[in-house]
Amino acid sequence: MATQEPDDKLISTEVSADETVRNERPDETVLAAKDLDVYYGEDRAIDDVSIEIPENKVTALIGPSGCGKSTFLRCINRMNDQIDVCRVDGDVVFKGKNVYDGDVDPVALRRKIGMVFQKPNPFPKSIRENVTYGLEVQGKPATEGDVERALRGAALYEEVHDKLDTSGLDLSGGQQQRLCIARAIAPDPEVILMDEPTSALDPVAASKIEDLIDTLVEEYTVIIVTHNMQQAARISDKTAVFLTGGELVEFDDTATIFENPADSRVEDYITGKFG
Amino acid sequence: MSTDTDPEITSADGRVAADQRRDRLVQGGLFLCISFTLLTTLAIFWVLFNEATHFFFDGRFSDVVVSLLTGESVSQRITFVEFFAGERWDVTHSINPGYWVGPLVWGTFLITVGAAFVSIPIGTLTALYLSEYASQDVRKYLKPGLEILAGIPTIVYGFFAISFITPWLIRPAAELLGVQTRSANVAAGAIVVGIMTIPIVASISEDAMSSVPDDLRNGAYALGATKFDVSLGVVLPASVSGVFAAYILAISRAIGETMAVTIAAGFTPQIAFSPFVEIQTMTAYMVDAVRGEAVVGSIRYQSLFAVGLLLFIITLVMNLLNNKLKERYREEYR
Ligand SMILES: Nc1ncnc2c1ncn2[C@@H]1O[C@H](COP(=O)(O)OP(=O)(O)OP(=O)(O)O)[C@@H](O)[C@H]1O
Ligand SMILES: [Mg+2]
Repeated sequence: MATQEPDDKLISTEVSADETVRNERPDETVLAAKDLDVYYGEDRAIDDVSIEIPENKVTALIGPSGCGKSTFLRCINRMNDQIDVCRVDGDVVFKGKNVYDGDVDPVALRRKIGMVFQKPNPFPKSIRENVTYGLEVQGKPATEGDVERALRGAALYEEVHDKLDTSGLDLSGGQQQRLCIARAIAPDPEVILMDEPTSALDPVAASKIEDLIDTLVEEYTVIIVTHNMQQAARISDKTAVFLTGGELVEFDDTATIFENPADSRVEDYITGKFG
Repeated sequence: MSTDTDPEITSADGRVAADQRRDRLVQGGLFLCISFTLLTTLAIFWVLFNEATHFFFDGRFSDVVVSLLTGESVSQRITFVEFFAGERWDVTHSINPGYWVGPLVWGTFLITVGAAFVSIPIGTLTALYLSEYASQDVRKYLKPGLEILAGIPTIVYGFFAISFITPWLIRPAAELLGVQTRSANVAAGAIVVGIMTIPIVASISEDAMSSVPDDLRNGAYALGATKFDVSLGVVLPASVSGVFAAYILAISRAIGETMAVTIAAGFTPQIAFSPFVEIQTMTAYMVDAVRGEAVVGSIRYQSLFAVGLLLFIITLVMNLLNNKLKERYREEYR
């Protein structure tokens, strides 16, 4: 795999400084899956996964294509409810509450757990309206301050503050993705799910998002799916490796996964022997 | 050329040439079909313009055009001022006929606006239901159902209006308000034309809504939006030009609608402001004029084409508008 020399250095120094601070805090589980199975019709996409995801950390989900990373992510905020054939078995516990309990409202849940998608998908509305949409549907009036805070949080404010009323679609791909991040953090969720948020972006735009994730994690718990090993190694505290069949093979500190994995299949996957 | 030319890429064996001859034959056949349609359209145009010229100028289209081109003065029998801003419409009056098209245009306008109040809300909500709420199975049966509704002969709708809408809806409403109504009235015409155009609004709007990418919906759902939020706040705005195209198509259908509106709204040309009175639309006048009384060449006969030409121009403008909007919504998502 090709590495981006200049970016690499910049980020790895930054990350290591942050990581020492972050790692001093004890892990507090905010999200956990217990014996989770997911089926699409008859096909099993997630196979008996149990995992505990720590608060205010970046957890990376890696694994070969089709191993169920996106499926797992969509279970957390119940976006899988949108797919008719999808069936979930087992528990996903968010702050002590199983999100699949009968009394959980998926709409309310998604207001606590934001999501950023692989392809930037801003609404065909103004930048401001994109940012305020989440607050609006929750019936909370959005102030100028909310807009600025979210855009600053997504490191986009400087670039767009003088054109908040132009269409979100007029931004570059990388800016659009940061707008989507601003949109996700505006309602102040607790967890942000990201499904390959940089795979549609060029390296510079991608590294901006990586930097951003580093600051986001001070306030939010970030769970990120990525195909890019270097990215996972650079930005995450914990790494979960899924393998074909939807099995969670190993979950540990990122350093351990990349330097000293317990499972030989993980080592094979990381060193590029398959996947 | 050398003798070892590869026969595969020449027509040496004659097969390719035969293929091409067949191709040219097919092409010619297709061209004939196109020409037939084209010629018919041209013939219609010619009749329309020629008879309308007779109505206004009392002369042949070609003569009038030649006179106009050579700068000769042409006398108008019925002036455009009279036609567009006269006093009344009464072509058959033996002493003092009136040629103001206003009452007919007003009748068409009332029916069209009234129909839009029925078809636009119901059609749009139906489209939103089909594209956002209905399960795949429901959609599978409902959409063809809509198309069946669109295929019912319009005269059936006309009888539906006089045998159901008027006696069961309009008459009780009129009685409640203490006003008179007739078996043909504006309200019945507007409602029945509205019902007829619901399938147009619903079906074309639904196409526009389903072409909104799921990415957008997911983005909204992930922010904690409800189905209602997504339908009205994301899908409808994102498909707005397609939905407007549907409205315009429905409206131009309503303008051109003939059979049902003739039966339901009647034959009395007048500028009226009550939904319970009988009026006459442009199309209904044309039906009226050809009911055997208009002698070919008479002014009544020619007035048919003057009104027809106006109707044609109005619907042409609507269709051009519709095409513009359709182009826009095709460009929106690629
Ligand atoms: N909407 C769906 N309907 C049916 N099957 C699906 C659906 N989405 C995913 N699957 C199946 O579930 C399995 C896991 O898919 P998923 O998208 O979660 O994989 P992934 O790890 O995210 O892959 P990638 O890295 O390519 O994005 C695959 O076998 C896929 O075919
Ligand atoms: Mg995926």
